[in-house]
Amino acid sequence: MTANEPMVEASGIGKTFTLPAQSLFGEAKRVAAVVDVSFRIPHGRTFGLVGESGSGKSTIAKMLLKLEAPTEGDLRVEGQPIFRQSPAEELAYRRKVQAVFQDPYGSLSPRMRADRIVSEPLRAHGMPRREAEARAPDLLRIVGLPPEAALKYPHEFSGGQRQRLAIARALSVDPQLLVLDEPVSALDVSVRAQVLALLRDMQQRLGLTYLFIGHDLAVVRYLSDIVGVMYFGRVVEVGPARQVLRQPFHPYTRRLVALASGDAPLGAVRMQGELPSPLNPPSGCLFRTRCTYADTTCIDQRPEMRDAGSEHMVACHHYEAVVAGTKAETGPQLREA
Amino acid sequence: MSATSEGSGLGPFRRRFTWGRGGRPPIVATTICVILVIAALAGRNFITLAPDEVDFTAILTPPVWIEGGSWEHLLGTDQLGRDMLSRLVAGARISLLTACAAVIAGGTIGIALGLTAGYLGGLAEAVIMRVVDAFLALPFILMALAFVAALGTGVGNIIIVMVLTNWARYARLVRSEVVLIKQRDFVLLARVAGLNRRAIALRHILPNVLTSILVLAILDVGRAIILESSLSFLGLGIQPPDVSWGLTLAEGRTYMTVAWWLTLWPGVAIVLAVMSFNAVGEWLKARFDPRGQL
Amino acid sequence: MEPLLAIRGLNVRFGPSERPVPAVADVDLDVAPQEIVGIAGESGSGKSTLCGAIMRTLVRTARVSGEVMFSGRSLLTLNDGEMARLRGRELSMVLQNPMTSLDPLYTIGNQVEEVLRERRRDGAGLRPGGAIEVLRRVHLTAPELRVRQYPHQLSGGMRQRVLVGMATAAAPKLLIADEPTTALDASIQDEILILFRELRETAGSAVIIVTHDLSAIRRLSDRVVVMYAGRIVEEGPTGEVFRAPRHPYTRALLASLPRIEGDEVHLEPIPGQVPDLASLPPGCAFAARCPVAKDICRGQRPPESVVADRHRLFCWRAEETA
Repeated sequence: MTANEPMVEASGIGKTFTLPAQSLFGEAKRVAAVVDVSFRIPHGRTFGLVGESGSGKSTIAKMLLKLEAPTEGDLRVEGQPIFRQSPAEELAYRRKVQAVFQDPYGSLSPRMRADRIVSEPLRAHGMPRREAEARAPDLLRIVGLPPEAALKYPHEFSGGQRQRLAIARALSVDPQLLVLDEPVSALDVSVRAQVLALLRDMQQRLGLTYLFIGHDLAVVRYLSDIVGVMYFGRVVEVGPARQVLRQPFHPYTRRLVALASGDAPLGAVRMQGELPSPLNPPSGCLFRTRCTYADTTCIDQRPEMRDAGSEHMVACHHYEAVVAGTKAETGPQLREA
Repeated sequence: MSATSEGSGLGPFRRRFTWGRGGRPPIVATTICVILVIAALAGRNFITLAPDEVDFTAILTPPVWIEGGSWEHLLGTDQLGRDMLSRLVAGARISLLTACAAVIAGGTIGIALGLTAGYLGGLAEAVIMRVVDAFLALPFILMALAFVAALGTGVGNIIIVMVLTNWARYARLVRSEVVLIKQRDFVLLARVAGLNRRAIALRHILPNVLTSILVLAILDVGRAIILESSLSFLGLGIQPPDVSWGLTLAEGRTYMTVAWWLTLWPGVAIVLAVMSFNAVGEWLKARFDPRGQL
Repeated sequence: MEPLLAIRGLNVRFGPSERPVPAVADVDLDVAPQEIVGIAGESGSGKSTLCGAIMRTLVRTARVSGEVMFSGRSLLTLNDGEMARLRGRELSMVLQNPMTSLDPLYTIGNQVEEVLRERRRDGAGLRPGGAIEVLRRVHLTAPELRVRQYPHQLSGGMRQRVLVGMATAAAPKLLIADEPTTALDASIQDEILILFRELRETAGSAVIIVTHDLSAIRRLSDRVVVMYAGRIVEEGPTGEVFRAPRHPYTRALLASLPRIEGDEVHLEPIPGQVPDLASLPPGCAFAARCPVAKDICRGQRPPESVVADRHRLFCWRAEETA
């Protein structure tokens, strides 16, 4: 392992689902959930992935967790291609990578006691039950739950406490990488802040690497060092969190950031149009059907990722003019090529 | 805390039918079930007359409250002078025993195959579910007749026949639940934790399908009682000297016009047992169905 | 002006009477015609139960007491038939989940037409036009196509538009929206909020929007009501409350939102957790988490203090928090 080898490296990963044919003689349709996504997460850093529902960000999380296999590209963790592992390597990988999901109710087996829940990953890796469960109070203490919580069942906890329990479980095997798929989206505002502060604290204390998926830009920015913005299965902009979420280049990110700032009065910033159908994606730039700057170039050509300096990449034909404020508002472009 | 109005469980008609009000258990049905189970397990200790004790001096004695009845035979006697009450209690033993054995064995086979199909998917699922479809497509009485014809009668064979006709429904139910549960976050997280397939299936999936299986099983006891009675009635089930409700019903058929009690009592026993088990099953379903809670 | 909705001493209790769970306690609230009121609170604050009590859609086991006057009628004493006639006409509601609020077996046009037929039967202030017009009013793209489509063919945002259209087909005097944007993406949330504002302008409706999204309330509503553990803790003009919140809970809630200051993002979690409604302390429910609580806060329930015009709060330290 070299010093600057990233924790996670995705090179051109893609995932295509095949939908069953609608009619007896119809063709099976293929839907691309993730297309040609590349990113790197350095050790001890957080990569924030932002996007709307259906943008493919959860599919990326599932691939990193080996719950889904990519149909294209290469996904490596510490240089090792994770989809070419022996069973022993896979078990070691499962120790290295853990996850916290959005739904604090669905994430915990309803019929298991807290001490068994948090110690289960340890047992999966061969620790005897007694020894594993004896660790439960310590794990609970780390995430700010009282040790006596070990004897309770999931329904006896509040949403925020359950999410702490899920974090304790994920931390039990001393992982290096945590996949956090909308971990605070289902929580109340005040509890959300508690869990975010806990996640940041854990990262600093344990040197963890995070893949953090969210749709709330302020929340993503709170934790992330690098941010990728996804639209319709593709990463349209990626770069240092401060830059991407403060001086975004892509028209889509610019719209999201303006909406999220919450300063503008209602209706001053609007996102036009509706999401296109994944079964029939538009030609050229996928965002052109909602982009006020789109022109005929955007219909004809799919924009490639371009280097915009200081590790900031963006996939837009016109971002320089858009940022400079000199691009005419010629969109959205709804017609087909 | 939910602000939306949820249905208060069962409608007024179903509530009355299941003999329970609101969320309370159906007391009458539960009591009958308990009595039947006690009768099946320990009934022999309460009856003084053997169910096969022939008494030609007391042929076709009517029940005690009818003229000519006797306190010795509370529910009357049959064409051979055998005590009806004793025969009902003995019949409960065989009827319930075969029903329960069939449900337990069929359930176990169905759960194992349904779990395998739902969890593994792919070829295993395709094969198992096609077999299930085939079994469910056959009319079960016809299938039962064919099996009895091939295997012969007797308590053991009756149970085998009943298992063959009911396992497929368990397999189908379990598989459909497993397919849903295996997509739940806690199962995905168990995979992330590194648990092997067997541990996930037994520790996370099975306990969460057990409630619906239990409900189906209790409903199935009623169905199995009817199946056994039907087979015995047709002469393909329990054979004398064993006693079952269906057999008693069949034997009394010829005397229906002169001695109604020969057919009424086993008939009532079957109806009460089936209704009670169904009512308890329905109540459990409304009470514990996980889909109602999630 | 005579209020459109006047709630006095509203209490909603669940559970056994020996150990009741007071989900809503002693709520007084007025809503003027054409006013947009935002109710903010976290889960367990009683905000959704309050809506259910007004709409009378709570489970039968809920015990509701107090008075709810809606344009001269006492809602809690109407019989079921009268209440049903009011619902969907003068009083309407939009719920959180646009995925389950439409019947998957019928086309959008069918479902909108059904609502229109109902409304036409008693001719209660129906707005002009058919199903397509209803969808056009909520800015659904290509309404002629949508009426023939089924719910699963529409995105979440589109479905919520359809539901708002259905709920407002008869120009209600009051629309209650319970977390109408929670299940939607950020880019669509504002579009739905704008519909509520348009509804006030075109149909003269008042709107109660219940949400935990403080930004939505700040930008949409005229007045904000903050609830905690079943009670109103602060109420006032939106601009004033957000600019200078007076109740410690309101302050803590606003501080727990991530704020961008320079290159850093700050947030201050509220310590502790929401109290169990079944065993509330005798005093202020927020006292255990409150940074400025003193002894009286734990022992006695705070009285109402009016701190400015139409700005009131329930806090023992109301004078000192200015």
